[in-house]
Amino acid sequence: MLSRVANSLYWMARYIERAENIARIVDVNLQLLLDVRNLDEKRLTAYWLPIVQATGDEEAFFKGHGQATGNAVTEFLVFDLQNPNSLLQSICQARENARMVRDQITLELWEELNRLYLFARSAHAREVWRRSASEFFQEVKASSLHIIGIINATLIRNEGWWFILAGQFLERADKTTRILDVRYQSLPERGMPEPITPDTALEWSAVLRSCSAWDAYKTIHGADVHPRRVAEFLLLSDVFPRSVRFCASELNLALRRISGVAEGRFTNDAEKLTGRFLAELQFSTIEEIFEIGLHKYLDDAQLKLNNVGAELFRAYIYQPFENPDEVHMVQQEEQQQQ
Amino acid sequence: MLQQYQLNVGFDEMLDPRKGVRSHYRKFHKLFDDVTPAEFAAKRQAVDTAFLRQGVTFNVYGDAAGAEKIFPFDLLPRIIPASEWEHLERGLTQRIMALNLFLHDIYHEQKILKDGVIPEFYVLSARHFRREFVNFSVPKDIYIHVCGTDLIRDKDGHYLVLEDNGRCPSGVSYVLENRRALKRAFPGMFEGIGVRPVENYAQELLKSLKYIAPAGVGDPTVVVLTPGAYNSAYFEHTYLARQMGIEIVEGRDLFVRDSRVFMRTTKGPQPVHVIYRRIDDDFIDPTVFRKDSMLGVPGLINAYRAGNVSLANSIGTGIADDKVMYYFVPRMIKYYLDQEPILPNVPTYLASEEKDKKYILEHLPELVVKAANESGGYGMLMGPKASSEEIEKFRQLIIAEPRNYIAQPMIFLSQHPTYCEDGFEGRHVDLRPFILSGERTSIIPGGLTRVALRKGSLVVNSSQGGGSKDTWVLYGDE
Repeated sequence: MLSRVANSLYWMARYIERAENIARIVDVNLQLLLDVRNLDEKRLTAYWLPIVQATGDEEAFFKGHGQATGNAVTEFLVFDLQNPNSLLQSICQARENARMVRDQITLELWEELNRLYLFARSAHAREVWRRSASEFFQEVKASSLHIIGIINATLIRNEGWWFILAGQFLERADKTTRILDVRYQSLPERGMPEPITPDTALEWSAVLRSCSAWDAYKTIHGADVHPRRVAEFLLLSDVFPRSVRFCASELNLALRRISGVAEGRFTNDAEKLTGRFLAELQFSTIEEIFEIGLHKYLDDAQLKLNNVGAELFRAYIYQPFENPDEVHMVQQEEQQQQ
Repeated sequence: MLQQYQLNVGFDEMLDPRKGVRSHYRKFHKLFDDVTPAEFAAKRQAVDTAFLRQGVTFNVYGDAAGAEKIFPFDLLPRIIPASEWEHLERGLTQRIMALNLFLHDIYHEQKILKDGVIPEFYVLSARHFRREFVNFSVPKDIYIHVCGTDLIRDKDGHYLVLEDNGRCPSGVSYVLENRRALKRAFPGMFEGIGVRPVENYAQELLKSLKYIAPAGVGDPTVVVLTPGAYNSAYFEHTYLARQMGIEIVEGRDLFVRDSRVFMRTTKGPQPVHVIYRRIDDDFIDPTVFRKDSMLGVPGLINAYRAGNVSLANSIGTGIADDKVMYYFVPRMIKYYLDQEPILPNVPTYLASEEKDKKYILEHLPELVVKAANESGGYGMLMGPKASSEEIEKFRQLIIAEPRNYIAQPMIFLSQHPTYCEDGFEGRHVDLRPFILSGERTSIIPGGLTRVALRKGSLVVNSSQGGGSKDTWVLYGDE
């Protein structure tokens, strides 16, 4: 498979996953604020700032905005085209990557992704947003799930398929660690968390809902929400499809299918780092992780996932395939097809 | 449904003014009689939906929504009887032979110039003449591997050559898709009427591409090189690659090492031996031609010169479809083959000949003026339909740069019944057969019939409101 094609499929999947995660995290926070009383500006910032920090774009945010108010953060994360990781920009990037490999994906996939893109960019989307932000996010989340379903139901299981899966699970693992990290300031730097108040419990259930994990969590632990269990569930569960361990396991499988290497061996650093990361998750307890400190552990996990992405790129893609700039596009158009 | 169709002025493909329906249209005409207007509407709808779904589309430039439009398709086929097609085949084969011999000659001994058959000035001043390739021998001496020659019929039904497209002719994917669509719409008709199939174009193309593989390569890797997803013909590029079962690559997927071309794959570099390129010469290698090209492959020309990779079409074929060179094609046929042209040219005036220029400038409102190096219906003046400002503008252009312009009398292209809002009306059509030169010359039976959907319009280009039809070449004459 051409490296460019593999790269585009991988990024298409990552950006779809990214858009959906942003939709969930912002949506849940908006709903959480409805339940909080006595909101002054300072308390509001305490709810919105961690969301910006979770996306990893704190620096970019403060370049354009003085304060983490609700409006500023949602605008930055959802519609801001200057923010390369905003929801809208993620959808644009996903579609752009799909367009580059239009012949390699199915019509159903292209049509749905294109529909989502046209919706997100339309004036209609802004109207929906003003009327009810939740409805807007519902549209994005539903479309993302629809796309994942189409990918599952229509694409042939070739190398490209495994690149899509690699992108999807790498991004999902990363986003789960970031969402779990949103409430780190309420935790001790190291050691197990204290028993919590009902207000804090609300915040931790918001973390679960941001990962679409609320129902799954209740199935296993009942409605008793505690940071220890939430962290254990989102990091170490081997049955919940958004936990970091589950994602690492799927990523590991995808990478081995791409190269054809047997389990327990590796042919490139992406495989090596993923295997190591997975083993660590498989053979750790949540007590050990809290001993290290959850925030620090999550920070490390993000770094490891970043390195996997970089090594995957080095192993298969060779050189940056940047999206075409305007000159490039104009030249394509200029080619005379007689 | 065709009963109401009325004869218009000019040559009609289906109706003879005295004898009624021409003999090669009779079977179709009879079968089509059984189709009710409601059935016809349903079939039209079904075909359009299928085209949009499958993405048989062309890109519309400057459309931010990334909209892709379908190339309008008319369900009534254009029909060519066997004897007429044989005549066309002979004429086209003769022409492509002469053009290939001409290209070989002007890139080597230039005998045709030395013998004064074509004034040297015209060749050496042509924009697409690549003097870097003088004395370079292309594989198997084939320059134009894929040619799309545009044919029209005058008011008496005589076929004339309008232009030769010897660089990157496009449209063949529509020939194949139109046939598939019509087979679905009228499954019963084909057997009874006896229509020659077009399906094996992709195999023939792949065969001619493999034929020019560098010596010593047993199982050559062939790729389609596309400018990318923003090109108007991107659909066709991916379509042909899929049909041939080969990779479609962009310039950035390829690189050159030690004068050999490789593509970057997830399994490492893979050698490439033949490139069916759909990128202009100017953009193909930034180290040789346009330095600002971001579409090309640095070093590709070096690999080509070293004989490690073959290109179709070859570099420098643009000189053969320069509209001034077109004027000389009948002379080439005479000079290289010692034959009379089977398919004549449209009468043409060269603005750089004093006598012709005088005539052109005096008769601008009656003539069609064309820029020598443009295609796709751009850079054209349709004298009889132009405003006086447009005519003045072209007068100045011609005076400033006579070498760049030719003029032809307005030819009223033949008409074909075509579905329009109020039933069937005559619309002007042309024909673009696709000629492949490999071990032998092969021509897909038929070609792309383009139709000007606007009433009275003579411009058939898709960018200017044209549509297309399926083209049927019959096994017999009826």
